[in-house]
Amino acid sequence: MNTQVIKLFESMNIPGHTSKFLEWAKDPSKVFKTLGIPLLSIAIFLAVWGGVASQIKTSLGQVPGPTQVWQQSVTLYDEHVEEREKEEKFYQRQEKRNAKKLEQNPDAKVKIRPYTGKPTFFDQIFTSIITVLTGFFIASLIAIPIGIVCGLSTTLYTALNPLIQTFKPVSPLAWLPIVTIIVSAVYISDDPLFEKSFLTSAITVTLCCMWPTIINTTVGVSTIDKDLVNVSRVLRLGWFTNIFKIVLPSSIPMMFAGLRVSLGIGWMVLIAAEMLAQNPGLGKFVWDEFQNGSSNSLARIMVAVIAIGLIGFALDRLMLLFQKYVSWDKSAVIR
Amino acid sequence: MKHLEISQVSMEFETPTGPFSALKDVDLTISEGEFVSLIGHSGCGKSTVLNIVAGLYQATGGGVILDGKEVNEPGPDRAVVFQNHSLLPWLTAYENVELAVKQVFSGKKSKSEIKDWIKHNLELVHMTHAMDKRPSEISGGMKQRVGIARALAMEPKVLLMDEPFGALDALTRAHMQDSLIEIQARLNNTVIMITHDVDEAVLLSDRIVMMTNGPSATVGEVLSIDLPRPRDRVKLAGDKRYNEYRAEVLKFLYERQRKIEPVNTSVKKVKKEDKAA
Repeated sequence: MNTQVIKLFESMNIPGHTSKFLEWAKDPSKVFKTLGIPLLSIAIFLAVWGGVASQIKTSLGQVPGPTQVWQQSVTLYDEHVEEREKEEKFYQRQEKRNAKKLEQNPDAKVKIRPYTGKPTFFDQIFTSIITVLTGFFIASLIAIPIGIVCGLSTTLYTALNPLIQTFKPVSPLAWLPIVTIIVSAVYISDDPLFEKSFLTSAITVTLCCMWPTIINTTVGVSTIDKDLVNVSRVLRLGWFTNIFKIVLPSSIPMMFAGLRVSLGIGWMVLIAAEMLAQNPGLGKFVWDEFQNGSSNSLARIMVAVIAIGLIGFALDRLMLLFQKYVSWDKSAVIR
Repeated sequence: MKHLEISQVSMEFETPTGPFSALKDVDLTISEGEFVSLIGHSGCGKSTVLNIVAGLYQATGGGVILDGKEVNEPGPDRAVVFQNHSLLPWLTAYENVELAVKQVFSGKKSKSEIKDWIKHNLELVHMTHAMDKRPSEISGGMKQRVGIARALAMEPKVLLMDEPFGALDALTRAHMQDSLIEIQARLNNTVIMITHDVDEAVLLSDRIVMMTNGPSATVGEVLSIDLPRPRDRVKLAGDKRYNEYRAEVLKFLYERQRKIEPVNTSVKKVKKEDKAA
């Protein structure tokens, strides 16, 4: 049977993880090493969590263990499905009403009103991801060029370094009031493309997460192999050719190390920013549950904590994939 | 005819303990199509001379004149073959040469001419079979071949080679030297090559410039190698004149310019530092 499995995998020849499956089929003991050990450690963690949680009583009742948290995540999913059904019905009703109106009077103006139900947990996850990616994207657009010029020019580095070092350690909670006030003063529009709270959170993310990218890109660019710099000089490569053919490819590993740290920080900052900016994301979810204070609140917050962790993990993996895609050296082991 | 003139070149480096004179009054005139080797002990400033000719360093005294023009910045008319190939690891062999060719000939050659020229140069160094491979996928000797192709493809007035075969094993090195002899016979480039290797210098050069030890290193002796070309390493091995030339260089290096390395003291020092750390 084993040989059949191996043949099956070999015949499928799917890129990516097939090789791992193939390895497993050939040597089942490896399954334990790659899957069993992490699963075991998770199991131990869950057991300890459950044991400790049952010992602590709070004003909201017992601290929830893994079971209660699981139940709440199922509930959150059910609520999401329910809300979607409601939304669909709402639109169906409107369409029916509009159709009737048009039947009676073909010239009647009909309108579809948007559904205004409360966002579900999954809507909030979605908002958070969009917000963090926007903030991170803006941060990268600013940070990479700054990092490159700082790496190329000692003068610019000396000029900008004090500013970078000063703003780097500032907490998102300190940025937020400033950003909020400036956004509400500057961003005035009758038909706003974005919510103010969205902009505030995204900009706060930008302000907090661009520093690691700047610093790592600077280091990456300034440590290019001296011989390659000489090649560029002998060839008299133009500024842009030099950047795109020599500087960028050789600093990609350092740059991505920075980008990954940046995205991690951005995701951490976002939750705090959303709590205060009331951007309809995971941070607001946590805050609302905290204010709500029902007996389920703690468990629901823990669901959010786990979701935040898993999404952060996924975002990092995503950056790794992106790095693999961009990097010239496909055989390099990227950690 | 004066093609390249290195005139009264001096070089001082600023160090925390004051200026360090690396070169003093280096004078050398090279005519077109001449193959000149610079030989000397390590640290005698051979590379500094080459880098000044390349324009990568600015001499603090004197200057370099190429075809009547003073050299003060790097440029493709003085192509450099670096010791450790210095190919861009993210480009294939073809693309590495292409980068240089496009830089020099874009606007002067058509697209298909550029393509042919790149292939022609890769053919010169016998590398067409691996032109779509990245540097990490080919051997050290092959990388150096591509590095030479890249330099040749720029059609430089002077080809500067900084210990081009220093990092290769002896067999590969011999093979590369033969290739260089072959290329030189066809193209008759003006070449300045730095080497540590006495045999290499005698085998390849028209003249060998022997440099004194630093600090304030300068040209010690110049030896004209009057051996007929094409040269064959096996036949030359028994040649009387070849061996005389060899002996001449060896005598200069190991008798007149013998370098006394304080081997034992440096070892002791290192050990002390280790203990301190």
